[in-house]
Amino acid sequence: MSDFIGDWHALFVLLVAGVIPNQIWRLLGLWFGSGLDEGSDLLMWVKAVATAILAGVIAQILVQPPGALASVTWGLRYGAVVAGLAAFLASRRSIFAGVVCGEMVMLAGKWWLG
Amino acid sequence: MTLPPLDSPQWDGSLKAFAFGLRATSATILSVVLFVTFIGIGALAHDTHFSMLWAILSTVLVWAGPAQIILVSTLGSGQTILQSAIAVTMSAIRLFPMVVAVLPLIRGPNTKRRHLVLIAHLTAVTLWVECYRFLPHVPRERRIAFVHGLGSGLMAVALVATIIGYLLAANLSQTFGAAVLLLTPLAFLFSTLRNARELADVLALGLGLVLYPVAAQLNSGVDILISGVVAGTIAFGAHKWRERREAA
Repeated sequence: MSDFIGDWHALFVLLVAGVIPNQIWRLLGLWFGSGLDEGSDLLMWVKAVATAILAGVIAQILVQPPGALASVTWGLRYGAVVAGLAAFLASRRSIFAGVVCGEMVMLAGKWWLG
Repeated sequence: MTLPPLDSPQWDGSLKAFAFGLRATSATILSVVLFVTFIGIGALAHDTHFSMLWAILSTVLVWAGPAQIILVSTLGSGQTILQSAIAVTMSAIRLFPMVVAVLPLIRGPNTKRRHLVLIAHLTAVTLWVECYRFLPHVPRERRIAFVHGLGSGLMAVALVATIIGYLLAANLSQTFGAAVLLLTPLAFLFSTLRNARELADVLALGLGLVLYPVAAQLNSGVDILISGVVAGTIAFGAHKWRERREAA
């Protein structure tokens, strides 16, 4: 059972570094977002920034890859995304086609390069 | 899945709306994406020596894939709690505009702020994207119940995946581990692109991708925030400029 729980210090770190930093922003959104109008310029700007920050996270995972992804060369990582994008566009915006094609290119490339 | 028309009696009662929301989870490729993403997160948590309870709580209480990946990999690579907390806070900033953008779709004339607390918690990129798709087909007075159903369904999918990923981790080779981690950028990229309706959305996505590696050279610790605000503002400016030119 103690294996399941782990140590209390790690759970405390989860609260401080994981839960609180996320919930603060959600509560701020709840607090300040209530007076905003759906079509307002401010909301449109905020939405554009949110999209761009998500794009930044996507780029970060590709540029500074975590864990096992770091074992894939950068050319293969970018190549897989470009191939996936081509499949996504060619299949009239199928997320499934894009993801499968990107993964296949990465796996094939890794197998090929050893 | 097709939802009943807005004036259908099938929408009578919050419980039915909750059930429709729950069922909508099975009608989206993003559930598959979510499932696989959280398999990756569970596996990553195992490989960085966190407990099963830790992985479960991180999915239920943090409920943001990118933040969880950042948290696990920064702590796992031996960075201080403060550095991890800053990195996670930065990635979590995008939840603020998401909550701000989602709530007007859900709020009715008589909605109190406390009715929206659970929705704020459930808000993350998948829910944000799906709200734009489903909510126009849901009567406004049933939207809170519908989103509660949709959000709990998505969280259940992620929770099961976290546990499976954690248990699988020992058996995942490096190649398949890499494949699982690559799913996150692919899935988020294409799902955002698919839901991009306006020029501003596509521009924000493209510029954000291109500007992050540039901003990363600054090594400021808030690189994602810098590239996000710059790219988002340019995209918004381009949209306004075009709007004004068309009006003229």
